[in-house]
Amino acid sequence: MAGSPLRPVLRRVGSGLVVLWAAATAAYLALLAAPGDTVDAIVGEGADTPQIRADIVAEWGLDRPAVVQYLDYLGRLVTGDLGRSYLLQRPVAEVIGEQLAPTLALALAAAGLGVLLAVTVAIGTAGDRRPWLRRASSGAELLLVSTPSFLIGIVLLSVLSFRFGLFPVAGAHGFGSLVLPAVTLALPIAGLLAQVLRDGLDRALDEPFVLTARARGVRERVVLLRHALRHASLPAVTLAGWLFGILLGGAVIVEQVFGRPGLGQVTLAAVTAKDMPVVLAVVTLSAAVYVAVNTAADLTYLLVDPRLRRS
Amino acid sequence: MTVTLTDVSTGVGAPADVAGVGPALRRRRPPRPGVVVAGAYLAALAVAAVAPRLLAPGDPLAADPRVVLTPPGAAHWFGTDHLGRDVWTRVVHGAAHSLTIGIAATAVAVTAGVLLGLLAGLAHRFADEALSRSFDALSAFPMLLLALLFITVAGPGTISLIVAIGVATLPHYARVVRGQTLLVRRSGYVEQAITFGSSRPRLVVRHILPNVVGPVPVLAVIGLGEAILAAAGLSFLGMGPQPPSPEWGAMLSEGRNYLQVAWWISVLPGLAVTLTVAALTVLGRHWQARFDGRWS
Repeated sequence: MAGSPLRPVLRRVGSGLVVLWAAATAAYLALLAAPGDTVDAIVGEGADTPQIRADIVAEWGLDRPAVVQYLDYLGRLVTGDLGRSYLLQRPVAEVIGEQLAPTLALALAAAGLGVLLAVTVAIGTAGDRRPWLRRASSGAELLLVSTPSFLIGIVLLSVLSFRFGLFPVAGAHGFGSLVLPAVTLALPIAGLLAQVLRDGLDRALDEPFVLTARARGVRERVVLLRHALRHASLPAVTLAGWLFGILLGGAVIVEQVFGRPGLGQVTLAAVTAKDMPVVLAVVTLSAAVYVAVNTAADLTYLLVDPRLRRS
Repeated sequence: MTVTLTDVSTGVGAPADVAGVGPALRRRRPPRPGVVVAGAYLAALAVAAVAPRLLAPGDPLAADPRVVLTPPGAAHWFGTDHLGRDVWTRVVHGAAHSLTIGIAATAVAVTAGVLLGLLAGLAHRFADEALSRSFDALSAFPMLLLALLFITVAGPGTISLIVAIGVATLPHYARVVRGQTLLVRRSGYVEQAITFGSSRPRLVVRHILPNVVGPVPVLAVIGLGEAILAAAGLSFLGMGPQPPSPEWGAMLSEGRNYLQVAWWISVLPGLAVTLTVAALTVLGRHWQARFDGRWS
């Protein structure tokens, strides 16, 4: 097996699965650590008699040993059953499914915009051609990375929506309502990605192959776009997992600022109501997607860079 | 936000391995103007946190219905909010809240991270693997969601914020320290200490620990900025110190309802967060560049 080309692939997928299991277990431990009785949480504000309590214990299987409940939880997780919401008394998968679309639209728009901005800025400012532009853009990037996304959102809202009435103030109806939230979420991402990309471009521009290309008379724009950018984008791919985390965490805040429906609002409502199954599901799902994204990035590396296949 | 530029350049290695010229012998350039400005801002911030009355003698909670929603001007530098409270006074007094949460969270992360990283680096292969995978599992959760999970269990408040952010950021430090430990434990001076019969606790405390924590202070400065940013976000969502506490994120959230008539209530505390985080990042990167030769 040592020489098999599949070995590094299997190793990465395997370690991804282990991390996933550990994350699900950690989330389950949080459920156990929650103070107060699960029955109390399910009863909530509703009618409360010993009979109802006994029914709840029987229905949710709360009288079984903790280990059995844990294994049951893992088993259901594998089959895609995320449990039932204490608060809404509906399957969590259904609740999340309904709210996924607006958040997904927001995240995709923000990711696309962020990457586009970052690539444009990094290409425009890499190398030593325009030092003043470079300094200005690093300053702007630093400020963007340091600014809380809700501040960006609030400034955009107060200027473009309240002052000039260009965009709707809240809601998720149509393209216009997506613009400001997506820009808000995209700017910090663009700030960090641009820094990483420019660093990569600078390193690539010092490589001998760039000298060779220039000596052949290749135009500077082509050198940057065709030769240097490819090298510079490799380290940026490592950030894919991070990017995903920022998008999801940021979506919670941005949805709150712009009064947009979505996964973030569901999560916040669940946190406030101590609706553990929903919080657990969102957290576990996000960890799962993170692991998947990172494993995919690792495998892409293997595909692109033969040097890594040996270790 | 656990990934920054610093991840790329975090070097490992022991001071004993450094070949050639030490940093003291290198020609020292005067710090860039940005670094000076950042340092001055942070010094002012430290004053605001320790002795806020020097900068703002008023009471951050004192409401004055006669001056509700006054724009920034000579009498109220940052204007007043919907209750007529002076925003400048509240921002200055809020520094202690935001800095305390940030510093405490970073302290939790650094302490736990260094201990766990050391443990992983010294442990046998199986235990090391288990610890390393749990660092991975911890960083698989987006920081904000992990913190929200923690707050669902423990309830909102300052302590919850501190622990939640501390736990979410500890893998960062743990990984760096583990990597350093793996290098240091094979180094000549550790082998020599073993040969001379040094006890295991003494070996770890005297010989290994001092040589693995080198990069940690610089990482912590940059990490502090990230912790403050995260804390502001969670407070904004109502998960931190509760009103009328003048915490920056919470102030911003309160002022949001008056955005249309009084932008200064929310924008100015937000700018305080931005400047703090930016100043910490500038300073952290400056030190990182200066010490780079020592740990790479």
